[in-house]
Amino acid sequence: MDPKVKIKVQKGFSHVGLIIASAFFIVPFIWMVSTSLKPITQVFSNPPEWIPKPFQWSSYLDAMDYIPFFTYLDNTVVITLLSTFGVVLSCPLVAYSFAKLEWKGRNVIFFITIAVMMIPGQVTMIPLFLIFNEIGWVGTNLPLIVPAFFGVPFYIFLLRQFFLGLPDTLRDAAKIDGASEFRIYWQIMLPLAKPAVLAVGLFQFMASWTDFIGPLLYLTDETQYTLSLGLQQFQTQMGTEWGLMMAVSTMMTVPIIILFFFLQKTFIKGIKFSGIK
Amino acid sequence: MAEVTKGTRIQPSVGVKQKKLSTKSNLHGWLFASPWIIGLLVFFAFPLIASIYFSFTSYSILQPGEFVGFQNYHELFKDDLFWKSIYNTIYFTIFFVPLSIIFGVALAMMLNMKVKGMGIYRTIFFLPTLVPHVALAVLWMWLLNPGFGLINGILDMIGLQVPNWLGSETWSKPSLILMSLWGIGQSVIIYLAGLNDIPEEFYEAAEVDGANWWQKTRHVTLPLLTPVIFFNLVMGAIGAFQQFTLPYTMTQGQGTPANSLTFYVMHLYDNAFKFFKMGYASAMAWILFIIIMSLTAVIFMTSNRWVHYQGK
Repeated sequence: MDPKVKIKVQKGFSHVGLIIASAFFIVPFIWMVSTSLKPITQVFSNPPEWIPKPFQWSSYLDAMDYIPFFTYLDNTVVITLLSTFGVVLSCPLVAYSFAKLEWKGRNVIFFITIAVMMIPGQVTMIPLFLIFNEIGWVGTNLPLIVPAFFGVPFYIFLLRQFFLGLPDTLRDAAKIDGASEFRIYWQIMLPLAKPAVLAVGLFQFMASWTDFIGPLLYLTDETQYTLSLGLQQFQTQMGTEWGLMMAVSTMMTVPIIILFFFLQKTFIKGIKFSGIK
Repeated sequence: MAEVTKGTRIQPSVGVKQKKLSTKSNLHGWLFASPWIIGLLVFFAFPLIASIYFSFTSYSILQPGEFVGFQNYHELFKDDLFWKSIYNTIYFTIFFVPLSIIFGVALAMMLNMKVKGMGIYRTIFFLPTLVPHVALAVLWMWLLNPGFGLINGILDMIGLQVPNWLGSETWSKPSLILMSLWGIGQSVIIYLAGLNDIPEEFYEAAEVDGANWWQKTRHVTLPLLTPVIFFNLVMGAIGAFQQFTLPYTMTQGQGTPANSLTFYVMHLYDNAFKFFKMGYASAMAWILFIIIMSLTAVIFMTSNRWVHYQGK
């Protein structure tokens, strides 16, 4: 066979495989969006109908009345942005010191950091709750934000891997020019680590945006709820408000999908595993 | 020590300068790492120690506890639901973790092919991890609904016998495994990054030797991916043991039917934050910790048999 044709056939097969596998992942999502646009009578039709007839946007409007949507959105945005900012500020700094600076105790503390990654969150959950309760932070969003400013082991690990892969030459040159250690970090090394910082930022953004157990534990007042906690309010004793819940879920999901679509290449570049140990 | 002094005497300027530098770099290192060192102490070390102590007390938020020795642990071993939740959790882990590795690696390899529109495919595969868990739970409850759900609709059409999925004790855990597999996008991303790290030269060399697709996968891709598989295996096992949000929201904290979806951490959460038995729940947390640590240790011990590092 002509090699050009052979490549075309191979590519064709690749697409078929990808499309079949994609179906498994996208069907539930399409169902979610289609339900949010359906009249309630069509929601339970059997056999299931895919295309809303007629299209109606009322679930979106009704959902915003049913729960204080914009309050929850505000709360979610505040927690997500601040905790992402905290992570992006603290983790590269710490990772850099593990990867590029030489100091006594570095290896021991890095080893402890790796070990900490394996501690189930539930072990520290109760004492942390009690500490936050003691200092009066339960019922505020502070427990969901402040810890991010002190570093997250998994992110520190990922960033360290990335910094290890960066050459030392630029750093040495800047040192000879008399740049301070912090300037070297801030103006040279940190910009080079942009893909990794982005990856970590995106991980935190998504985790925080959809977090359930954190808000469930710490947000006691309904006016502080986040969207993912607020979703639960569509499930009542009387049953579930399908259309409304799916409308809010769609609104929550679509912005991150767009974000991911544009950032996915850089995102994957930011995660480095070679030299892992 | 004596040698160092001798050295300094011969070349005093160099020795002094080096010593000065190392104090400075020590200072910088600690300074840069200080946020995390504080975080480590406040958010990890202290709570960890406090939780050991709590596990030996009858502490609850409502009243200060007394030291009760091993009583919490004794009670736990007599708690039927504790054993049931361990069974459920191990069941889930044993099936979910290997399946997630097989599917994760396969998907990542598909998503690493060089074809047009890959950005769209990748986004689709990642999509489920972006859906909030509460919505995910409700969505699946409905897809799997025996009466009007989509999945049974399809199975019915093919003429297969349809199970009662989440309503049946036998099928509830497999349903949950299916739902969780739907959300493996995060580990696929990590595998993809690992595939990206494999130098192109290895494949070129293999091609020169006349290796076919399967041989390349078997002898280049998979061995070089083992460090990433290892990482995902450890993190996946830990994550599986901490299964909470999905079954919790799906059963509204009840673990129905017949506690077949009561997972370890759900039981722990109930004891701590519903019944305020903080001491009892801390004991549970420590048992979980010990289980996870032993599991991790076992995985680590087997690792030098199957994990290959590049350049070794």
